[in-house]
Amino acid sequence: MNLDELKDFATQVRRDILRMVHKVNSGHPGGSLGCTEFFTVLYKEIMEHDPEFNMDGKGEDIFFLSNGHISPVFYSVLARTGYFPVEELNTFRLIDSRLQGHPTTHEGLPGVRIASGSLGQGMSVALGAAQAKRLNKDSHLVYSLHGDGELQEGQNWEAIMYAAANKVDNIISTVDLNGQQIDGSTDNVLPMGNLKAKFEAFGWDVMGIENGNDLEQVYNGLKEAKSRTGKGKPVCILMHTEMGHGVDFMMHTHAWHGKAPDDEQLENALSQNPETLGDY
Amino acid sequence: MKKYTDSGKKDTRSGFGDGLTELGRKNPDVVALCADLVGSLKMQDFIDENPDRFFQVGIAEANMMGMAAGLTIGGKIPFAGTFANFATGRVYDQIRQSIAYSGKNVKICASHSGVTLGEDGATHQILEDIGLMKMLPGMTVICTCDYNQTKAATLAIADHEGPVYLRFGRPKVANFTPEDQEFEIGKAVKLYEGTDVTIIATGHLVWEAIQAAVELHEKGISAEVLNIHTIKPLDEEAILDSVKKTGCVVTAEEHNFLGGLGESVARTLTLNHPAPQEFVATQDTFGESGTPEQLMEKYGLNSDAIINAVRKVMKRK
Repeated sequence: MNLDELKDFATQVRRDILRMVHKVNSGHPGGSLGCTEFFTVLYKEIMEHDPEFNMDGKGEDIFFLSNGHISPVFYSVLARTGYFPVEELNTFRLIDSRLQGHPTTHEGLPGVRIASGSLGQGMSVALGAAQAKRLNKDSHLVYSLHGDGELQEGQNWEAIMYAAANKVDNIISTVDLNGQQIDGSTDNVLPMGNLKAKFEAFGWDVMGIENGNDLEQVYNGLKEAKSRTGKGKPVCILMHTEMGHGVDFMMHTHAWHGKAPDDEQLENALSQNPETLGDY
Repeated sequence: MKKYTDSGKKDTRSGFGDGLTELGRKNPDVVALCADLVGSLKMQDFIDENPDRFFQVGIAEANMMGMAAGLTIGGKIPFAGTFANFATGRVYDQIRQSIAYSGKNVKICASHSGVTLGEDGATHQILEDIGLMKMLPGMTVICTCDYNQTKAATLAIADHEGPVYLRFGRPKVANFTPEDQEFEIGKAVKLYEGTDVTIIATGHLVWEAIQAAVELHEKGISAEVLNIHTIKPLDEEAILDSVKKTGCVVTAEEHNFLGGLGESVARTLTLNHPAPQEFVATQDTFGESGTPEQLMEKYGLNSDAIINAVRKVMKRK
């Protein structure tokens, strides 16, 4: 792992996110900025994956984004790891684009294997893909990412129960614990209690990443999670992040969950994240 | 007049189960999922022969639909089975986003559709599922009429790339279509040639349509009967060819008149060849407990109802 390189990558991804949502005055910058380190490490360091995209994903690690509204970070990382031209980020949320508001397979965007946006469905899909890997005797792993607020959807708990009961141990599901959802903090909207105890009670191997915006911690955490697979239990990472991380005025609030910066705010935000790999 | 013979009453769900078992033997990519209704869906033989290719998800249909979508990523052809109510309305958004919009090759296999589920009553008797499923872009919707056709359809949909809704039922009904039939998705089967009226039926109502046509023939009315097993894509050519000849149509289905086969036929006619139509279907109502025969009678879903509809529609020509 080259930390400086990863930092530059993450900074450029942040610029992409901000510029994408600013251009169309819509989209979800908060969660995207919060998960930038996770996506950077996952796609640059952890997964064996092939940007010559093949839907079946045979012989490679595959990833599912369940909380599809953080599409900006997903699109930026896919583009910058070679799935499609970086310039295409310019078309985010525009008519006739493959970069829909929420990710979809419908327009054939390379790197996306399922539509998501309506919350709570991604873990079930990831489980199905993990079971297909078992049948195919493919030892690669399935990764998924979920919002914390998203766990309020009941389907997750059907999937969580199924995964442990059936010893699906080739899956690593990460929960983005940023403590925020649209109507406020998760503790105000619907407190979810002790998520670690809940996952453990369902039979998962649960670990934490204390600071999901620290590249080294994310790297070490994902490595650790990988070493825990294949041992009869699905693996869950509870990853603490700061929504809006990397832009001072977007942090410590849920206000930027689904709101784009204006011209002045964009300039301010970009000045905090100077260009590294080149803007699209 | 051609005679259709019941080779012995059988349930359509057994046609599904036997078709699935055959698929298990000949197609290694076929996998199956079920939400705690293995016995009802007749899936046990497949499970016995392919334990690794079966996924019991428990009473968790949403997870089942998502897992089925995921299994296609890796090249599997999942057959997800449960009751029609729990296979559609309960999990509409899972089907919409993870299967239909995502374009996944999932076969949704729905037993116990309609009122002929019987004594369990309205909570389990969905009469809206055809409408729900046909409105999803890219979804193929099939409703089969007997054991042989259901088995043939089960085999055929494995070779069709894309999401499919396969609707069948609980009761033992006449088995009258050929055992060795070719099942062509989207192709109507003409059971009788006729000149006075076209009867277009699907599912359990096809046998009733045959009984009605025989009775009408005895009374001097010549009914053409189309067995429409595929509601989407609809065989518009067969429908138009027939109605251009007869000038009027009766549609018959075990489903609400809103959203069912009848509305699809009406749209086809309105756009191409407007003609009088009567709908043998439930009249925007829920079902109730009773025997299948009692319910078919009470809700106007039998050959008598078809004959009455024919008399009515012929007067409107």
